[in-house]
Amino acid sequence: MKIQIVKRKPLPGWTKIAIPVASVLATLIISAIPISLAGANLWSAYRALFYGALGTRFNILETLVKTSPYLLTGLAVAFAFRAKFWNIGAEGQLLAGGIAATWLAVNVSTLPAVIMLPMVLLAGFIAGGMWAIIPALLKTRLKVDDVVSTLLLNFVMIHIMGALLFGPLQKPNASWPISDEIAAAAKYPLLLARSRFHLGIPLAFVLVFVVWFINSKTVLGYRSLAVGTNIRAARFGGIRTTSVLLVTALISGGLAGLAGVGEVCAIQYHLMTDISPGYGYTGIVIAMLGNLHPIGVMLASLFFSIINVGAQTMSRMTGVPSYITGVMEGTALIVMLIFLLMNEYKLRVVKS
Amino acid sequence: MIGEILSATFITGLIGATMRMATPIIFAMLGEIITERSGVLNLGIEGTMLFGAMTGFLVTMNTGSLWAGVLMAAVTGIVLSLLMAFLAVFLGLSQHVSGLGITLFATGLSMFIYRLQFGSPVVPPTVQPFTRVKIPLLSEIPVIGPGLFDQYVLTYIAWILIPLVAILLYRTKVGLIIRTVGENPFAADTVGVNVNLTRTLCLAVGGAFMGVGGAFLTLAHQNMFLMDVIGGRGWVAIAMVIFGNWDPVKGTIGALIFGVLDGLQLRLQGFGLQIPFDLFLMIPYLITIIALIGVSRKASVPAALLQPYRREDKGG
Repeated sequence: MKIQIVKRKPLPGWTKIAIPVASVLATLIISAIPISLAGANLWSAYRALFYGALGTRFNILETLVKTSPYLLTGLAVAFAFRAKFWNIGAEGQLLAGGIAATWLAVNVSTLPAVIMLPMVLLAGFIAGGMWAIIPALLKTRLKVDDVVSTLLLNFVMIHIMGALLFGPLQKPNASWPISDEIAAAAKYPLLLARSRFHLGIPLAFVLVFVVWFINSKTVLGYRSLAVGTNIRAARFGGIRTTSVLLVTALISGGLAGLAGVGEVCAIQYHLMTDISPGYGYTGIVIAMLGNLHPIGVMLASLFFSIINVGAQTMSRMTGVPSYITGVMEGTALIVMLIFLLMNEYKLRVVKS
Repeated sequence: MIGEILSATFITGLIGATMRMATPIIFAMLGEIITERSGVLNLGIEGTMLFGAMTGFLVTMNTGSLWAGVLMAAVTGIVLSLLMAFLAVFLGLSQHVSGLGITLFATGLSMFIYRLQFGSPVVPPTVQPFTRVKIPLLSEIPVIGPGLFDQYVLTYIAWILIPLVAILLYRTKVGLIIRTVGENPFAADTVGVNVNLTRTLCLAVGGAFMGVGGAFLTLAHQNMFLMDVIGGRGWVAIAMVIFGNWDPVKGTIGALIFGVLDGLQLRLQGFGLQIPFDLFLMIPYLITIIALIGVSRKASVPAALLQPYRREDKGG
C-alpha cells in the first residue's frame, strides 16, 4: 500500500476564504499544546491574548500600530513574489529605508513638516527600492539566484548600518550604537489622543489599496504577473521582462523601505541596531499566508499583530512566554501551506 | 603595535580562533551540501542550528553530560529535517517557503522552551563547557601547533568529516546515488532508486550536522544559551555552500575565511583599534555574492535543486 499525491478537480471559490480561516483555527488548536505545556489554562490564555490585542480602545490602537510594519513588509514581499522575484531581502531594504530617513531627519532640521515628511518618505522608498534593484539586476543580467543574493544583502545592510551607527550617524559622545534624535518635523504626527496611532497606519492601509490597484487595474500589474507566471511566454509576448522585474523590485523594496521609515519616524525617533525585530522575514510569512493578495496580506498582518500584541498580555496574565508568537507564526505558515496544497492535490491510497 | 600583531602569540591565537569560529559553519555547511546535492535546499538551517544549540544546552544542564547534549542536538536536527522532508519532499511544497517556515517555527520553539525552563534570569545559567584537547607532539610545533592542535573534540570531528563527506559524495555508490537524485531524479528513478527516500535521508543526516553545529556554540564556544547565539551562521553556511561550489573542501576554504575575519575582529578589538569592524564582517557576504556571479556562469548547482519529484510529472 502506498500513499500518492494526485491532482484534484478545482475546488469551488469559497475555499479561497475557507482555507485561511481554517488555517488560523488550526493554528490556535495546535498552539494549545505548547500553551498547555506552559501550565496555563487554555481558556484564560486565549482570553488574555484576545483581550490584550482587542479588549480596550488603547489595545486595539496598539495592535494597529504593530500592523503597519507587517502590512508594508508583507505587501513588499507579496508584490515581488507575484512576479517570481524571490525577495527574501525585505529586512535589508527596511533598514536601508530607515537609514536614509534617519540621515535626512538628523542632518536637515530647518524644514517644516509639510516638506520634511514627504522627503523622508521618498528617501526611504528610494533607498529600499535601490537596495532591491541590486539583486534584481544581478538576477536579470548575471543570472544570480535571487533568494540567496537578497538574503546575503540583508547582512551587508546590517553591517552598513552598524558601521554608520558606530561612525557618522552615531550620537555625539554616545558609547552605544544609536543615532541622534530625528528632527521634530520628521516625526509622524499622532492622529488620535492617548495613543501611538500615527500617520503611517492609515498610509499603510492606503498602500494596500494602491497595490491592489496596481495588481489588478494597471498594465504594470498585468505584466508583473505575466513575468511571474511564465517569463518565457511573457518575453515572446513582447513584454520587456527585465524592466518589469526592475520596476517590481523598486516598488517591493520601496514598500519595505517605508516600513523602516515608520519605525524610525513614528516609533523610536532614533536609528538603532535593533530597529527591526525581523519584520522583513515576518513579511515573507505574511505574504504567503495572504496568498500574495493585498487583502490577504492585510488580514494576515492583522492576525500577526493580534497574536504579537496579545501574547504580551497573555504572558503577563498566565506566564506563557511571549515567544509563543514565533511558534504560532511558524505553525500558521506550515498549516497554510499544507491546506493550500490540499486545494490543488489530494492524497490517494494506492494498493500495489 | 604592528609588532604586537605580528607576534607569534597573536598568530597562534588567531589560528586557534579561526578554527573555532569555522567549526559550526563547517558542520552546517557539510550538512547543507549533502542535502543540496540530493536536490533539496534546506533554509531551515538557521532554525535547526538554534534548536540544536538550545537542546544541547538544556540536555547538558539536566543530565550533566556534554555528549548527551550533542547527541540530542543531532536528534532534534533530524526531527526538524524530517518535518522539512514531509513538507518539501513528500508534499512537494516550495523549498524556500518550507525552509523559512521551519526556521521560523524552530526559532520560536527554541526560545519558548528555553523561557519555559529557565524563565528570564538576570544572569543566564551556564554549563561547564567542553575543554580543549591537546594532540601530543603535533601541538608542540612552534606557532601553528598550539593553534591547530589544541582544540575541542568537536572541531577535530568537523575536520575529519570534511574528507569523509567528500569521499562519500565522490567515491562511493551512495554518493553517486545522492548526486544522481540531485541532478536527474527521473534517471535515478528509472534505475530503481527511491528518489524521495534518498532526499529524506540526506535531509536527516544534514539536519544532524546542523544540530551539532548549533550545539558547538552553546557547549564549547560559549557556555550558555543566548537568543542570538547563532547570529546568522546558518545563512553564512548556505552562502559557503555556494561559494564552495557544492564541494566540501572548497566550502571549507570559505568557512575559514569567515573564521579568520571573525577571529581577527575580536582580537583587534582587544587592542582597542578604531576600525569599523562592521566593514570587516561584511566581507564574507560580499565575497559570496561575487562568487555567486561566477557560479551562475559555470552552472554547477545541482540541476534538480528546488524541484519536487513527482513521478507523474514525466508521464511515469
